[in-house]
Amino acid sequence: MAEEISAELVSSLEAKAREIRRSIIRMTYAAGGGHPGGSLSVTDLLTALFFGEMRYDPEHPDGPDRDRLVLSKGHAAPAFYGALAARGVIPAAELLTLRKLGSRLQGHVDRNKLPWVEAATGCLGQGIGMSVGMALDARLARRPSRVYAILGDGECQAGLTWEALMAGGHYRLSNLTVILDRNGLETDGSTESIMSIEPIADKFRAFRYHTIEIDGHDFRQILGALAEARRVTEQPTAIVARTVKGKGVSFMEGQHSWHGKAPSRAEAEQALAELGASLEAPAR
Amino acid sequence: MSASRPKESLRDAYGQTLAELGALDPRMVVLDADLSGSTRTALFGQKFPERFFNVGVMEPTMMTIAAGLALGGRTVFASTFAVFAAGQAYNTVRQSICYNHANVKIVATHGGLLVGGDGGTHQMVEDIGLMRGLPGMTVVVPADAPTTRAAVRAVAERDGPAYLRLPRENLPVVTDGSFKIGVAAELRSGADLTIVAVGALVARALEVAEELSHVGVSTRVLDLASVKPFDAPALLRAARETGALLVLEEHSVLTGVGALVAATTAENYPVPVRRVGVPDVFGESGEPWALLDRYGMSKERIREEAWELLRLRGKVQ
Repeated sequence: MAEEISAELVSSLEAKAREIRRSIIRMTYAAGGGHPGGSLSVTDLLTALFFGEMRYDPEHPDGPDRDRLVLSKGHAAPAFYGALAARGVIPAAELLTLRKLGSRLQGHVDRNKLPWVEAATGCLGQGIGMSVGMALDARLARRPSRVYAILGDGECQAGLTWEALMAGGHYRLSNLTVILDRNGLETDGSTESIMSIEPIADKFRAFRYHTIEIDGHDFRQILGALAEARRVTEQPTAIVARTVKGKGVSFMEGQHSWHGKAPSRAEAEQALAELGASLEAPAR
Repeated sequence: MSASRPKESLRDAYGQTLAELGALDPRMVVLDADLSGSTRTALFGQKFPERFFNVGVMEPTMMTIAAGLALGGRTVFASTFAVFAAGQAYNTVRQSICYNHANVKIVATHGGLLVGGDGGTHQMVEDIGLMRGLPGMTVVVPADAPTTRAAVRAVAERDGPAYLRLPRENLPVVTDGSFKIGVAAELRSGADLTIVAVGALVARALEVAEELSHVGVSTRVLDLASVKPFDAPALLRAARETGALLVLEEHSVLTGVGALVAATTAENYPVPVRRVGVPDVFGESGEPWALLDRYGMSKERIREEAWELLRLRGKVQ
């Protein structure tokens, strides 16, 4: 983690992340549904990728040499859409169409609707395999693209996840980085009480991944790990990012009940107040 | 079984065609799940090892990896047995391939009862129904090696997901290989009755039609290899011109080609339709062709159903 990460960069990323978190609250409130908890936990990871790490041109979402992001935990779509809006790719007003009939903003990310989505995901365990395919494709074509797969921790209970991880290790895909949003909670409760996935870092190592454990809300650590992943050869990288479900909203933090439900008006107002905004604030 | 026509391996035809296509399209890749000798994808793998991925026993994930490769702009073929391709991997085929419109061609071998000795666990008789229910999926069930060669080329040229179902057994050559997606092949003309068949039962359809001709019954035979999209005009023309349809398939009658033909005629031009195929049961171990007889697809049964339709139409007493 030798690369210089300036205080300006960190503070600008923090501002972007706050903007994305506000969007998550506004859009799940407007939709009356969605997945705020896991969207808030993954926000800093997505922010670092979109605004710090990934090479891509928002004007040319099909540029062949772009880096690819596959949101295997496709239910964190609100965070993804919030990031696209923060990047200026989609209008902020469109965020309020989430999950509504005719919207491009499907409940789970959908490449048929939005060209910045690399792959429709949401049936857990499938995004990693598609990422492995994309990384193989890039290597065969000798393209410089890197592939980032964001994995949920409940998803680590799925056999499909480990099949795909096994393939990534077997093919020594050094252009593949798997980022685990380790918020510890799934729909019904904690991963460790439902079906334990620990010791998760050891499992990634056993599957031949260069494995880095970080605080998934610390931008210096996130960017440092992503930079380290770029320097790894002959094997893929797994970043185990310890996160807090519902991060940034006091009453959502650490509560599995916020996995898949929308805030009420009063809850949305309180959440936005904590994020330094209000429900009525005009969209940017 | 046809004693008169030479038999050829549809799997060999597939593997050889894959290898030919691999030379023409340097970006094409092929995946298999530890059955490359049986599916014949090894014929491609030997020629193009850098573009061949044998992922081992992970059929559902093979489909997700195939989708990822295809989303990069490649034509991808993925092969395993039908029970794994359509059954084990159903939801990864659905989401990763079909929902994403990924350009993946699933070529499933060992479809149907003709798997034989491996038994009911491995005799996939629900795959046509599962695959034709997926939006955007092309479904082809070749009756012989020439159609297999043409179908592999046709799906390679057509953007989007496809499912080809091949049997383990060699089958008699019954077509001239002029297969086109969406077009039913009229293998025999006739005016009294039409037999619509797919796969291994096309040869039986021709045999029964020949026998019926000796007693003055003129039987049309349609090979509906292109199950989706299917040739509705040819089906409805047959309904109008011959007045009755007998459907033969080595697949569950609940969800297969018989159900498709019955629904199409009922909605557009109702005529008597009889379905010959696997009833609502699993198969069992046995000699491949004896299994077809045991599970209701014997030539005797086909003849009986043909006569029943002719009686219903008042063409015989």
